[in-house]
Amino acid sequence: MLFIKRYLLPRIVQFLVVVFVGITIVFFVPRLTPVDPVQQVISQITSQGAFMDPAAVDALRQSLTELYGLEGGMFQQYFAFWGRLIKGDFGPSLFQFPTPVMDLIMISLPWTAGLLITTTIISWIIGNLLGGLAGYFKNKAWAKTLDNISMVLRPIPYYIFSLLLLILFAYLIPIFPSAGGYSVGRRIGFNWAFISDLLIHSFLPAMSLVILGIAANFMTMKLIVSNIVAEDYVMYAKAGGLKESTIAFKYVIKNGLLPQITGLALSLGQIFGGALITEIVFSYPGLGTLLYGAINSGDYNLIMGVTSLSVIGIAGATLLVDLIYPLFDPRIRYR
Amino acid sequence: MLEAFKELMKDGRFKFAFIVICVLAFMSILSFFSPYDPLRWNVVPRDRPPSWPHIFGTTSQGQDLFWQSTFAIRNSLTIALIASGISRVIAIIVGLVSGYKGGTVDTVLMSINDSFVVMPLLPILILIASVIRENLNMVTLGIILSLFGWAWDARVIRSQILSLREREFTYTAILSGTKTFNLVVKEYFPFIIPIIFATLINNMIWATGMEVTLAILGLSNTEIPTIGTMIHWAVNYQSILLGYWWWILTPVIISVFLFVALYLLSTSLSEYLDPRTRIQRIGKAKE
Repeated sequence: MLFIKRYLLPRIVQFLVVVFVGITIVFFVPRLTPVDPVQQVISQITSQGAFMDPAAVDALRQSLTELYGLEGGMFQQYFAFWGRLIKGDFGPSLFQFPTPVMDLIMISLPWTAGLLITTTIISWIIGNLLGGLAGYFKNKAWAKTLDNISMVLRPIPYYIFSLLLLILFAYLIPIFPSAGGYSVGRRIGFNWAFISDLLIHSFLPAMSLVILGIAANFMTMKLIVSNIVAEDYVMYAKAGGLKESTIAFKYVIKNGLLPQITGLALSLGQIFGGALITEIVFSYPGLGTLLYGAINSGDYNLIMGVTSLSVIGIAGATLLVDLIYPLFDPRIRYR
Repeated sequence: MLEAFKELMKDGRFKFAFIVICVLAFMSILSFFSPYDPLRWNVVPRDRPPSWPHIFGTTSQGQDLFWQSTFAIRNSLTIALIASGISRVIAIIVGLVSGYKGGTVDTVLMSINDSFVVMPLLPILILIASVIRENLNMVTLGIILSLFGWAWDARVIRSQILSLREREFTYTAILSGTKTFNLVVKEYFPFIIPIIFATLINNMIWATGMEVTLAILGLSNTEIPTIGTMIHWAVNYQSILLGYWWWILTPVIISVFLFVALYLLSTSLSEYLDPRTRIQRIGKAKE
């Protein structure tokens, strides 16, 4: 019972706060700007050369206002927005009218989820193992080399790094396709031909996420481990004549992984943003590319839908990681 | 101060970062003496590879890449400084109030604070930028970035204040009648200033990264030359496909140097400020 009250409940409350703050920002900030989205869409249509008489413009304005949920006062709109959100209704896409935004998101979501989950798990495991070992054996030449490499890679933004990989391995040395999630005309199905095609197309986007993820995990893990190594119990283990590898894996890295689980929960939002950007660079058919298309066509409804859902999704994923944590940390389980 | 600088220059990472930052700062000062207007097109011959007098080459828009990048560095750094400057103020206020007051105030503030840490900021910034778009000048972009970039550092400052509050001198000061404001400014600030400085650089990396990303997506005013808008135009004009490597590589390489230099500066500084590693260093010097 104490576990639920002390550990579970605060995390669930925090999840609700994140969703509340996030959705409130998503709702209010665009409305606080002087720009009127309805007017923007209308001027966009008229600037494309289409002639419209004033009556038609008025009718369009009316229907757009209704569509955006811009009727009534600010708070009325706000509650209406929550109501639609709970039903999962973000209205129709403006540029693929009348397909609902939700349907478009559902087509792209599996791509992003697949890419994100695979790369995050791979880079978390490899990055922490390498970082832990490099922190423990920090005077070895390989540890220093790894340290220098990740020190340079760590601060590079996702876009720049993906662009460099794209130029290198799709244009200069064209071994990987430069765009898309699968070859044009290939039918989606559960067979080897499709899966291998999918893997080849996903390789570069996955690589850029994995390499940057490893560098980030490496740097923090090395710092954590270099603090643990100075602890008394490690000294004692060394004095007791335990094997170096046993100390490194069972005593040092195992303990260092715990803060890294919390670190993962806190950085999920950033990793997600990185995945969106990487998808855009490689035109990978996930949420990022969907969002990019929406930016270019001014599809305000679609941007709103993707943003709201990512707030809820990331908050949920963070909660999930927090809930998994007690499985690894007996101190919390048996409190 | 000079002593600290000498000590820091012994660190290879700091030396490299310092030199790179100096070169970039020098380039951004050079922009004031540019022979070309950065906003005008077709002032030089188009699509020339690097050669004298256009040492970085020219673009398909007829702009000189070297002089264009001097403006880009200056503008990107300005946006980063506005963003991280304002967000420092927010972070200090939230961190101080939360750490010093404690109790319910702390719980509520930290709950909001953690929301900003966890939230996926990129899609939210994309939403905001896509609404404002063309009206997004350097100052507004800086302010918007600052409103989202304070949370992590507020937590760092708060934890420092929490430990300071339990120190002996706090009780001495309170019992001898020091006002809270004076206590915080006179006694606590000397402890927080190094943290503020270290987090400032980290925040500049974040803000520049966000600026570059938004600009590449075409979500800021693409007329103003920044590192991001330079990449945006190079990608938009298909410079990779057409083989104008100098156009895309100039902003990419400059940004890589900028990010790596800022990061090395922040790691070497925070290692220098960390008392634990300082003891190790002194120990090493004596051996």
